[in-house]
Amino acid sequence: MAIAFDRDRGMAMLSLMVRSRLFEQKVEALFSSHEMHGTTHLAIGQEAVHAGVSPALDPNDWIVTTHRCHGHTLAKGSSVEAMLAEFFGLSNGLAKGLGGSMHLLDLEHHNAGSSAVVGSGVALATGMALQLKRMDSPNLVVAFFGDGASNRGVVHESMNMASIWGLPVLFLCEHNLYGMSSCADEMVSVDSIAKRGVAYGIESSSVDGNDIEVVYAAVQDAAAYIHKEGKPYLLETKTYRFSGHSKNDQRVYRTREEERVWSQKDPIKILRDRMVSRGHLTEEEFKRLEVQEQAVLDDIAEHLIKQRHELTLDEAYSYMYADGGSR
Amino acid sequence: MRKLSYREAIREAMVEEMARDEQVVVIGEDVGCYGGCFKVTPGLIERFGTRQVIETPVSEEGLVGVAVGAAMMGMRPIVEIMYGDFSTLAADPIINHAAKMSFMTAGQVSVPMVYRTPMGSGTGAAAQHTQSLEVLFTNVPGLKVIYAATPADAKGLLKSAVRDPGPVIFLEHKLYGTEDIVPEGEYTIPIGQADIKRQGTDVTIVTYGKTVFTAFEAAQILEDDEVSVELVDLRTLRPLDTATILASVRKTGRVVVVHEAPGFGGFAGEVIAQIVEDPATFAALRAPVARVCGKELPTPFNKTLEMQLPPSPHAIVDAVLALFPSAV
Repeated sequence: MAIAFDRDRGMAMLSLMVRSRLFEQKVEALFSSHEMHGTTHLAIGQEAVHAGVSPALDPNDWIVTTHRCHGHTLAKGSSVEAMLAEFFGLSNGLAKGLGGSMHLLDLEHHNAGSSAVVGSGVALATGMALQLKRMDSPNLVVAFFGDGASNRGVVHESMNMASIWGLPVLFLCEHNLYGMSSCADEMVSVDSIAKRGVAYGIESSSVDGNDIEVVYAAVQDAAAYIHKEGKPYLLETKTYRFSGHSKNDQRVYRTREEERVWSQKDPIKILRDRMVSRGHLTEEEFKRLEVQEQAVLDDIAEHLIKQRHELTLDEAYSYMYADGGSR
Repeated sequence: MRKLSYREAIREAMVEEMARDEQVVVIGEDVGCYGGCFKVTPGLIERFGTRQVIETPVSEEGLVGVAVGAAMMGMRPIVEIMYGDFSTLAADPIINHAAKMSFMTAGQVSVPMVYRTPMGSGTGAAAQHTQSLEVLFTNVPGLKVIYAATPADAKGLLKSAVRDPGPVIFLEHKLYGTEDIVPEGEYTIPIGQADIKRQGTDVTIVTYGKTVFTAFEAAQILEDDEVSVELVDLRTLRPLDTATILASVRKTGRVVVVHEAPGFGGFAGEVIAQIVEDPATFAALRAPVARVCGKELPTPFNKTLEMQLPPSPHAIVDAVLALFPSAV
């Protein structure tokens, strides 16, 4: 099931997960110090999924992500500077400061953006796949969604349509056990969301979402199936959000003991230890990696904090209609 | 001069646009061999095949979301939702997604989608298939909203809607059999331009959609009372052609705004606000502004009751005459 990364692949994936983790921690710190406003949804603990999906696919495959989209966006190759600039609301951000942390997009890297209405992006991804198929494109669309969104009617509608039309959609369920505060054990009718694939005639599987070698291999297998069979696929990755749902979440709905148990399955630790045991990495190299990634992030953030390049209201108006037309 | 029915004019617009651009795709429930709930789409699947006519399951939210996603990738979908009432189901992809896509992406992604759906009562279909829900859309920045009354306007405006780079809500009334002159050949009507359907000097009636015909009837009755009515058909609700409304009201000094939707919180309130907020137009008013709207009631099934729901010609006549107290 899993594949063993060679040293280069392992280093690339470990670096990406570390960058994602440090990025989230940086964002958390900037929100805590009120240097960023609004809200944010961190994916600390889910790095194996955030980093393990897009690199396993063709760079021209598309993603449609969710409100918890930072790692997905990094994994598609977006610049940290353009992402953080968006979080600061600056005009050099990915969406010129009009979208914010829940609406990252990067067309150059085939990231079509994220819907912050959980589950709604799944329909958009399905429609994108419809057009890709119509135009005989060889590419697929990844529709990210969580266990919470799995209960949205539109997710069911989209899976049904993708199935009857044979669309190239990889339905990627990031099952992190909690929809905001509600535990999937009480909110989801099945112990594995992959089981719902059966209802739509969609092939599916459920894998350990904290082991990036497992995620990577499962995504490649799913993509191969989609291309070979001309059908969608539902892949459930079981993981855990170490962080709260959004800022100010005191995590009153779960125990510290539960968090401690999951922390043993830290996706970064799993790959790091494995690479060390394979002789692909030393502790010193890992420390250096963390220091380097942190330094890059700190530099960018420090530089952006001083910037005040913001759109004017008139410029914002000009984007409301695609033809730039009247209000 | 040839005549076409409202449904034929809409169909002709779609046929022409689909032939012009293979990215124009009709998407909806029962739009294939059945020809759509109100028989607007017969013949399309036979001519254009399943590449340009996509029949969907009963999944309004999903199919409109799919159309939005496809439009993001270059398709120009014309979505048909069989009853305007089901816009409640499709509200998320329209209001939360299509309307905001260009803005939230700072112009990087657009959604060139047309959302066609019929509104209004008179069909005996009771309260869940007869509403006039245009204000669901008119209060959402980022959407354009068209509600054409005549076959010729419907054809020209639908073609403009298809060519618009952003999402356009195209509302239809259910008098699909209404015939009128439709010009031969290629033409479009710009979105955002009202049309003066009848010139007059004493009072302006502003309306749109089905009640254009009701207002026209009222205007003819008022001729007997020697009241000259200017009838402004908005055709587009957003962007609103305020200039045409204001010019007409400044000319006549009196205005009645008419629509079938309930008046409370309805679009007439917006039209009236535009009028009274403009100092020159306010100063030109010779009587209080008035509106004639649908009853504040879910549509009853009973036919006698249902017929009393929308504005009648006589209700409009009464409202107009009330603006001339000295004449009574």
